[in-house]
Amino acid sequence: MTVATVPVAGTRTERVAGRGRDATLGVLGLLVVVGLVEALPRLGIVNDRYLPPASAMFTELAGQLGEAAFWTALGDTLRGWALGLAVAMAAGIVLGVLIGSVGILRDLTASTIEFLRPIPSVALIPLVVLLYGSRPTSALVLVVYAAFWQILVQVLYGVADVDPVVRDTARSYRFSRLAIIRTVVWPTALPYVMTGFRLAASVALILEITAELIIGVPGLGKSIGVAQSSGAVEKTYALVIVVGIIGVAVNLLARALERRTLRWHVSVRREAR
Amino acid sequence: MRLLTTLAYALALPIVLVVVWWFASAGSESVFWPPLSKIVGVFGETWNADRWTGDVLPSLARLAVGYLVALVLGVLLGVLIGLHRPVRAFCEPTLEFFRAVPPPVLVPVIALFLGYTGDTSKVVTIAVGCVWPILLNTVEGVRGLDEVMLDTARCYRLSAWTRLRQVVLRGASPQIAAGARQALSIGVILMVISELFGANRGLGASIVQFQRSFAIPQMWTGIILLGILGFLLSVLFRLVEHYALAWYRGLRQADRGA
Repeated sequence: MTVATVPVAGTRTERVAGRGRDATLGVLGLLVVVGLVEALPRLGIVNDRYLPPASAMFTELAGQLGEAAFWTALGDTLRGWALGLAVAMAAGIVLGVLIGSVGILRDLTASTIEFLRPIPSVALIPLVVLLYGSRPTSALVLVVYAAFWQILVQVLYGVADVDPVVRDTARSYRFSRLAIIRTVVWPTALPYVMTGFRLAASVALILEITAELIIGVPGLGKSIGVAQSSGAVEKTYALVIVVGIIGVAVNLLARALERRTLRWHVSVRREAR
Repeated sequence: MRLLTTLAYALALPIVLVVVWWFASAGSESVFWPPLSKIVGVFGETWNADRWTGDVLPSLARLAVGYLVALVLGVLLGVLIGLHRPVRAFCEPTLEFFRAVPPPVLVPVIALFLGYTGDTSKVVTIAVGCVWPILLNTVEGVRGLDEVMLDTARCYRLSAWTRLRQVVLRGASPQIAAGARQALSIGVILMVISELFGANRGLGASIVQFQRSFAIPQMWTGIILLGILGFLLSVLFRLVEHYALAWYRGLRQADRGA
């Protein structure tokens, strides 16, 4: 918001205490949900064939942790996600900086980018199935397509945000093109790049799981599909919980990375105040 | 003249790409990459009146219903949660967890409860998948409201309803719009995915049936149609956003100019 927010009143210790209270409440909230999931099927309010008690899910989850197949699937999912995200990041940043810093390229590509970006990547599912079947390449194509646009668009915003005076100053001092990109364009664009990374990281996970679930690329998504169709309800829920935990971890990781790389940036410093 | 230049810039690359595709694929013998002329040729007969009424429109209707349910629920709950700090602290970790679950895994879970043949299960999938970004962004937007403004509204004895509409919803609307935009792309993904389970009709189901029966040019028309729909939906969203957030753009401009 542009309206200046009023700083929270109170001393530092009060604020820390408030944060501690919030955390306690949050844990309490999670416990209540787990309690509900335990109680509803036990009391017969929900059929336990649809929703097994939480304890059964966690027992199954613990059992899964001892199985090699689970770890293989987890590894496949994480590898596909990381590889796709890395390819999308590299392509998005290089093309974004290139297109963003050359005016004529920017004008020429704007309409095409606006058209291609909203095309849902799941539209490509039939095509990749034909081309690659259920090999990991299928998932990779979908992940890269979905994540690439998120990053490209953010990088373009970031490059467009460069202060013209700063750029002109650098140019007057005869900075080389590369030096301008490194010292002027990149630092300005970095906050946008990190936003793009955060969005892309979660989209990439969505598409990786989708490809596994729908196409049958090896990974946790495939295991969930198999568990559900074979009636292993506890296992379905246990794996969904695992995928959710991965999702949370991805979010936390992206946010931590954002905070770390942008330590020097005003927005982060203001937050930490 | 200026308009012409803009138009030329906007159209140049798309035209070049289509022309390249047209000629590069012209003599194509490959099964997977049929000539573009052939794809365009079968477009009309593939998406005939029966397919529009039987597949495309029902898909879009499910998307619309699911999305609107998510929007109403997300904003409503988001305001309730966002306005009270203890409630927010209580709910936030749980909500973050639900948001982090990739929405496609909802399909097997919902299939357990509702089976996966009717419209209900698909609408529920779309609604449940779309609600989290809207809900969490609304919470965030409501939290960022200016407290002085809220207190002022209270001092002036504005009714709760007016406060909600004029101060809370309006102040949070830029954030709500950001969440709604994320939710829209998730909704389109789920619209397609929800049709891939079981024998179904719908836009996504048709495309996969074309692929399974090796009707490759028809499959391409489906991919292109889905792309066009995705593009049109994002244009529609931007129009609505443009109208609803006109005040916000003005405010930002004024801020920057100052």
